[in-house]
Amino acid sequence: MAEIQPLSLQPAAPDARPVYEIERLSKTYARNRLVALEDVNITIHKGEFVSVIGSSGCGKSTLLKIMAGLMPPTAGRVVLEGKPVVGPRPDIGMMFQQATLLPWKTTIENITLPIEIREGRGAAQNAREKALELLQLVGLSDFSNVYPGELSGGMAQRASICRMLVSDPAMLLLDEPFSALDELTRDFMNMELQRICSERRATTFLVTHSLAEAVILSDRILVMKARPGHIVEDIRIDLPRPRTLEMINTPRFGEIVAHIRDLLGKEASE
Amino acid sequence: MTDATRINDSGGDTVWVEHEALIDRIPRSVAMIFLFVVVVGIWDLVTRMGWVNAIILPTPAETLADLIFVGKNLIAGEYMLKALWTTTLTVFYGFLIAVSIGFSLGVLVGETKFGERAVMPYLVAIDAMPKVAFAPLFIAWLGFDIASKVALAAFIATFPIVVATAAGLYAASENERMLFKSMGASRMQTLLRLKLPTGLPYIFTGLKIASVGVMAGAITGEFLGGGKGFGALIRQSASQLDTPRVFALILYLSLLGLALYFTVAWAQRRFVFWNKSDRPGGVA
Repeated sequence: MAEIQPLSLQPAAPDARPVYEIERLSKTYARNRLVALEDVNITIHKGEFVSVIGSSGCGKSTLLKIMAGLMPPTAGRVVLEGKPVVGPRPDIGMMFQQATLLPWKTTIENITLPIEIREGRGAAQNAREKALELLQLVGLSDFSNVYPGELSGGMAQRASICRMLVSDPAMLLLDEPFSALDELTRDFMNMELQRICSERRATTFLVTHSLAEAVILSDRILVMKARPGHIVEDIRIDLPRPRTLEMINTPRFGEIVAHIRDLLGKEASE
Repeated sequence: MTDATRINDSGGDTVWVEHEALIDRIPRSVAMIFLFVVVVGIWDLVTRMGWVNAIILPTPAETLADLIFVGKNLIAGEYMLKALWTTTLTVFYGFLIAVSIGFSLGVLVGETKFGERAVMPYLVAIDAMPKVAFAPLFIAWLGFDIASKVALAAFIATFPIVVATAAGLYAASENERMLFKSMGASRMQTLLRLKLPTGLPYIFTGLKIASVGVMAGAITGEFLGGGKGFGALIRQSASQLDTPRVFALILYLSLLGLALYFTVAWAQRRFVFWNKSDRPGGVA
């Protein structure tokens, strides 16, 4: 197989201050001595949308858990907003594959849940105004007092976007957030996510399986490979913003997808 | 359209009409009464024709007469009501003890590694024993009064609650646990605001099983240990070969069991309002 040339020689130009910095991060599971991550270096700047893509088992979930403060690294520097990440933090917002809304709480109570847990019921009550604004942002204003059982999959994920945003996090971590949705809803939600992130100038880190999703949303894509998990390429996506679903049909989009597929396919054939 | 039959030949189109099965068209109550009448009819026939000895199976009429007799005794507040009250208290205390011990052990097993690894194996071992066999021990320890019956009832009803509570606490998904962890929730917050509410449907299922077991335990205790309860009355009638009386007493006793079961079911609908899989109409 021919050597794959880097797609773009343009460096990831830091046009803004760094928000999240990871240096020489490695993770070895003590239980089975599995090296999940080795020498991972990532810098994410203010307002940037960065995706990580790779086959299952490449360590991207481990990376996300370490970034969220849910799991300690074995070695390396993990710093958010100048402070080392040593546990869960209110300035990190997370979203999961499932909406994970609590069925016994209304939509708005679910959205203020992080505040209820951290600061108590009184503070959660005071945050309702803000939760309503967020519901408006995602177009769910009419559903604030409805129980999650009555929401569709896409609506539930929009509510979980609000829950992630309610504590004004400096960093958003998304773990395949729309992978459980049908394809049409997923496309729509991706466009919604782009709109919300650009309106709020959110700094976002997305873990995904989907090449198209990563390319359409990201400023940069980190391609990861397994055994041990490491980043093989940091690709700057130069498609103009705002992105539209029609861009999937452009030659440039095709080139980028083909390039990443080559990178990932090389591993499969090894 | 005025005439319903026209639907079938309008424009020469073939209309495929769906026919509902007969059982779907009759209400549940009618079906239940129908079955009742059939069963009582067969019962009546079997006893009337003398196919079965009257001592073994009384006629429906005899049973009804005894039902009325026992009912009058109960309403008048005579000795049978006192016996029923004794059994009700036994069941109530037994259930209360089973719920408190069962729930506490369930939390211990479901929430702590020590409970899961050290306590659970013993619980499984004890649960596998025929618990009724402990009745003579309870009587020897606690005497022929209500206490020994309460102990047996509670003993039998505790295990389903332990198992259901532990299973309920495991029921929260990996994502939900991660969500709580990422919000910086304490262990107590995770238990009270995530694991317990998620486990409530399981816990109520355990309570329903326990409500049946607690009755069985109380009556078995009264059979073996005598005393003043309804079980003693049944045993007394049975030893006198008064079969219609036994039937009547069992029917009234089952009302107590139903009352307990439906109280639990009502509480479940009240507290687990979000769980739509468990609504009236379902058998569970």
